[in-house]
Parts: sequence; C-alpha cells; structure tokens
Amino acid sequence: MGEVKVLGSWSSPYGLRVQWALGLKSVEYEYIDEDLLNKSQMLLKYNPVHKKIPVLVHNGKPIAESAVILEYIEETWPQQHPLLPKDPYERAMVRFWINFLDNKDKVAPFMTFFTGVGEEHKKAVNEAKELLKLYEEQVLGEKKYFGGEEIGMLDLAMGWMAYFGVIEEIVDVKILDAETFPRLHAWIQNFRAHPVIKNNLPDHDRLLQNYTEKRQRFLAYSPHTENA
Amino acid sequence: MAGELVLLDFWPSPFGMRSRIALAEKGIPYEYREEDLRNKSDLLLQMNPVHKKIPVLIHNGKPVCESVIQVQYIDEVWHDKAPLIPSDPYQRAVARFWVDFIDKKIYELGSKIWKTKGEEQANAKKEFIECLKLLEGELGDKTYFGGESLGYVDVALVPFYSWFYAYEKCGDFSIEAECPKMIAWVKRCMQKESVAKSLPDQEKVYEFILQLKKIFGIE
Repeated sequence: MGEVKVLGSWSSPYGLRVQWALGLKSVEYEYIDEDLLNKSQMLLKYNPVHKKIPVLVHNGKPIAESAVILEYIEETWPQQHPLLPKDPYERAMVRFWINFLDNKDKVAPFMTFFTGVGEEHKKAVNEAKELLKLYEEQVLGEKKYFGGEEIGMLDLAMGWMAYFGVIEEIVDVKILDAETFPRLHAWIQNFRAHPVIKNNLPDHDRLLQNYTEKRQRFLAYSPHTENA
Repeated sequence: MAGELVLLDFWPSPFGMRSRIALAEKGIPYEYREEDLRNKSDLLLQMNPVHKKIPVLIHNGKPVCESVIQVQYIDEVWHDKAPLIPSDPYQRAVARFWVDFIDKKIYELGSKIWKTKGEEQANAKKEFIECLKLLEGELGDKTYFGGESLGYVDVALVPFYSWFYAYEKCGDFSIEAECPKMIAWVKRCMQKESVAKSLPDQEKVYEFILQLKKIFGIE
C-alpha cells in the first residue's frame, strides 16, 4: 500500500512504537536511523516544526508525533492486528492513558532516575514507583496486555518498560521488581516474547555500553554526586 | 444515543470551551455544571481522580477526561452530525499534529505572558507570536482549519481567543498587529453561534486574570 519510511533512533521508545505497530500489521517499511546529534536534511524537511523523531513518511507525505502516527497507522491498515478497541468509550480510555504517560511530568521521574543523584534521585524513585503502581493496578489490572488478549496501542506506548531493566542495571537500583509489581513484570515477559517485539528491541549490550557512558557523564557533571 | 450528558467545567477554561463548542456544533443537549476550583465537588474528584481537573464529560455515568479526548469521543459517538475530524487518514493526522502543537505551546506560553515580566515575558511573547504565525501558515487561504466548516483544529484553538485581551494587556502588545490572519479567522469563527455562545467575554477573562494575579501575588 505504497512506500513507507520510518525515521527513528535505535534506542528511542517513541520510534520503536511506530516500528512495532507496522510490524504487528505486517507493513513493510524502510527504517532510517537518525543521529540525533547530527540530524539529517531529510528529518529537518519532514519535521520542520519539532525536528524530532519519529517521523512516518507514507507515499512521500510525512507525519510526526508518535501518538499521531499510531492513530494514522491504525486507520490506514485497520484490518490487520487492530490496535484500538471498537467502542468509543474504550478508545477514549486508551487515548487518555497514552496522553497521561506521555506527559512530561510523568516521564520526568524515570528520566531523573537515570540522570539524577542524591535527594533528587530519591524523590524520582518514589514518584516512579507511584506511577508504576497506578499502571499496574488501575491500567493493566488483571489483563494479559494493556490491550486485553492482544497487544494494543497502549502496550506499545508502555513499551519503554520492556527494556527499562538495562537502566536499572546501570543505575544499580531496582524499582520495577517482580515482587512489588508482579503483573507489570509478567506483562514485560509476555511483551518481550512476542515475535514482532522480540526482533525489534534495542541491542542489550549496545544499550548497556551507550547508557553507561551517558550515566558517567551525568555523574561527572552533577554538583551533587556522592562519593562512591 | 444522547443518554445523560454532563459537562463539569469552569467558565474561563479554554479546555472546557472546546467541549462546549463540539457539543453545540452537533446540537447535543447536555447539563453544564460550574465547578469552583478552590472547592472541587465530590463528583469531580470521583470522576477524575487521576488529575482532579476540569473539563470532565460524563456520558451515562462514565467519565471522559482531557478536552482533546472528549472532542474525539464526541465526534465518534455523534459522527453523523457536523463531523469535526476529517475523514481522510492523512488529513486526520495533520489535524491531530496541530492540536498536539497547540496543546504543547499555546496555553503554556500564554500563561507565561500573564504570569511573568521582563525577559521571561518578552521571550514568551516572541515565541507565542511565532506559534501563531506557524498556525497562520497552516490555515493558509482556508476559511477554517477544517476547510469550509469548523474542524478539530478550529475547536482546539479558538477558545484561546477569549484570553487574547488578557495576554495583550498583561504583555503590552497587539496580537492582531502581529497576526492579522489569525484574528480574521477568529472573527469568522465567532460568527458561528456554537463558538460565540461557548466563549466568555474577553474583559471578564481579563478581570479574572487580574484577580488571580492578586491571589498569587504577581505584579
């Protein structure tokens, strides 16, 4: 159904959402990896407003913002692996939670978990745990996936959790543990095992190396670093 | 199909206005309930426990929170009357992109204009105008962002017009002087009853802002 390109970045969960959606719907696409420190002319042309990935280009027409792209993918390839429920109220709930978890205030604790130290870090750990509790108890509940029996749009948006373990390894603090969050833990195993997801996760060793370097830089520049 | 429809709202909220306009465009009757945000009702806290914010649209007892989600929900349930979101997937994506842009920029920048002074305010004004100009570019020669009829982007953006006078007074600038096309578009929207009846008077909003500034101790 035409030419599909995805401009993404190897470790970005926002880009991966788009790749996963296309994979689940068996849509072929060309993946273009962007170096975010040296953005291509193509990226600047296709997303002049935000200059960010991901961008989906379908028959030469670009779409930016991962949540917008996911809705487009669902509408353009509706038959294969539907990502949204049919009922308008259930759809509204999915959109509500994607909107919620994408909000910068809800992303921040997990970012600070990685970049912060000392008091700031402790605060982030507490906030992150509260959010995880909400996601486990109120959003996932007893379901296998956020989408029910099958992976849906909200699972894709929650996909960052699937490789959050690497971040925990580097920071040497575990928050998403199986005892405290058994359902989220089970979800991660199921999600990661799905053939489309399994073949499209950032390389563990590359993540480890890359993010370890990043963490060292944050620690080196932070005025609050405690002595090891 | 209508069932029982209640909108928990607060008169100056541009977000509440979006749902008001959407419901009015489609001629859907509903009960409007004014919330006192310093004394939130039990119903609000029960229906939106996560954010405790308005607007909340309650349809047959079930809450839909977040104005952009409400407008999409309204459009899906009452899809045969005055559709707001385009039917073509690409046009829908474009509309959603600009609504996301409006949500990321306009409210926050507008808030900075009335809340701050000096360099911070100057930067906010500059960026605010730049955003409006980008939106003017997207509007182009169209009557509305939605083309010949009011669409999703129109509904998402026009409520902020009720705050323009307040921004202009606080920021000492003229939005019309910088963005005449935007104001021309606003005037076209205001000719529609659904919009005119959903937006409060600009002077009232300005008085409200002045009160807020007093309460927060902002000069």
